[in-house]
Amino acid sequence: MTPEEIIKKGTLVFEKTKLMTDANLSYCPGCGHGVAHRITMEVLEEMGIGDQTIGIAPVGCSVLAYDFMNIDMQQAAHGRAPAVATGIKRLFPEKYVFTYQGDGDLAAIGTNETIHACNRGENIVIIFINNGIYGMTGGQMAPTTLAGMKSSTSPYGRDLGMTGHPIKITELVANLPGVCFATRQAVHKPGLVRKAKKAIKKAFENQRDKKGLSIVEIVSNCNSGWKMTPVKSNEWLEENMLPVFPLGDIKG
Amino acid sequence: MEEFKLMKGNEAIAEAAIREGVDGYFGYPITPQSEVIEYLMLEEPYKTTGMVVLQAESEIGAINMVYGAAGAGKKAMTSSSSPGISLKQEGISYMAGSELPCVIVNVVRGGPGLGTIQPSQADYFQTVKGGGHGDYRLIVLAPASVQEMADFVEDGFDLAFKYRTPMMILSDGLIGQMMEKVKLKPQKTRLTEAEIRAKYGDWATIGHKPSERNIITSLELKSERQEKHNHKLQAKYREIEKNEIRYEKINCENADYLLVAYGSSARICQKTIQLGKEKGINIGLIRPITLWPFPSKVINDAADKVKGILSVELSAGQMVEDVRLAVNGKVKVEHYGRFGGMIHSPDEVLEALEQKIIGG
Repeated sequence: MTPEEIIKKGTLVFEKTKLMTDANLSYCPGCGHGVAHRITMEVLEEMGIGDQTIGIAPVGCSVLAYDFMNIDMQQAAHGRAPAVATGIKRLFPEKYVFTYQGDGDLAAIGTNETIHACNRGENIVIIFINNGIYGMTGGQMAPTTLAGMKSSTSPYGRDLGMTGHPIKITELVANLPGVCFATRQAVHKPGLVRKAKKAIKKAFENQRDKKGLSIVEIVSNCNSGWKMTPVKSNEWLEENMLPVFPLGDIKG
Repeated sequence: MEEFKLMKGNEAIAEAAIREGVDGYFGYPITPQSEVIEYLMLEEPYKTTGMVVLQAESEIGAINMVYGAAGAGKKAMTSSSSPGISLKQEGISYMAGSELPCVIVNVVRGGPGLGTIQPSQADYFQTVKGGGHGDYRLIVLAPASVQEMADFVEDGFDLAFKYRTPMMILSDGLIGQMMEKVKLKPQKTRLTEAEIRAKYGDWATIGHKPSERNIITSLELKSERQEKHNHKLQAKYREIEKNEIRYEKINCENADYLLVAYGSSARICQKTIQLGKEKGINIGLIRPITLWPFPSKVINDAADKVKGILSVELSAGQMVEDVRLAVNGKVKVEHYGRFGGMIHSPDEVLEALEQKIIGG
């Protein structure tokens, strides 16, 4: 069969969601952001809520998320996405609002905004990409960097005595009554992608049902920051990140 | 219905916000402006107009809630006092860059640092020269009465939406805390989603089909395009300078000496004019109502007719720089101010005029 025959109506069984633009992704090849973007947009499309959703783009590698996500979006200052989302959601409670944030954004500069949006039980979704490093700024240490893990600001490996422990934000906010669903997922294997998508869908359904705040953490790789090939970085993720950040539902 | 009430300046701001049909107020308590959020919480406007009032976790949280709400085409406002406004500067710069309308109230107290809770005008530089990073301006209205505290909420939103820019009402602890009679405007209705869509649908993020979607951002990684965006902002600022300068002239006809003062300082200077009359000194006062855009031309024209100008401020000398630029060396310009929360008396202003201008 030729490609033309395959994509004919009736034969076509799978296509790219229309809620992703045709722009080339600015992420490094092998990075998990592209998959995370796509499954988020697929969920909105499947639920038929793309034109009722406002997304908040963070600062960091995914600062340009609005170039790829084909919906109304606002870009927020570093770490402030949950506050921006609060402002929109409070005044448009029937709309769907989500933030898309990395570990530097959500777990460092934006910890305050994150914890308080969670504590108020803002009826929003937080999608949190945790790759344990600052990707865009060039591979510096993040609050989620593992013990002994090398980065450009921990060149001899993260010294816990000096900089503290990798922070488990999702476990931390799961303790707050305002959070109805806290889960940790990954997207480096097809089976895990399906699970992550299911979790994102549940998060948006929670928002539809006005249950409170849902946070979906996605443990991802940063092959550039970690200075590994994509394949090697996924192996390293499996062996080193997941023991510290175990996958599965923490709440809900 | 129009109504007269005896109110504190801060309460007048809050009541005017409800009547203006503001959609959301996001704030954080700080003296001397906490009555704004206290009044709003007490009045429960969410039960009458649907206005959302939320106490944020910080001033940073509050201004970013305003950013989100304003980006969705809603009328959003916040208020704070000096140290809190410093925290809001990041968000204000982002709003200027993203061209989002909002009203920010600063009830200024003495600084720097934690300073004092008493009135001051020492945030002039921060307010009219930028405050946050990047090339931007805020439209700044400086009320000199409780009535203007109320009136400038409506004026502020009109200006903010007309030019899609954040604006600031620069008040101080004196006007925020004093009580005066205030005439309140009738209640306006809040815009519906359909009305927001019709008015601001071409830029606000309310939820659109992919083909019509809107993006709110201040990011442009390509320098050529960032420069173009800056040119656009600057052109907007020139337009504001052309159209929106406001000032008040008091006793300026045939005055020999001129005081330039705004806000509470201008109120005090009005008494100085009377004291001058008693001593045979003919003093005029120009009160800038917009601190940016600054009434430079009217001050320059006035400089042709007077022997000297005294800029009177509750600061160590900030607006005096703009007065000097406006006067451009035509006559002597001096500064007189008390600061750190101290307020000058009308006599002290007269004495300063006599020493620094008349005899100086």
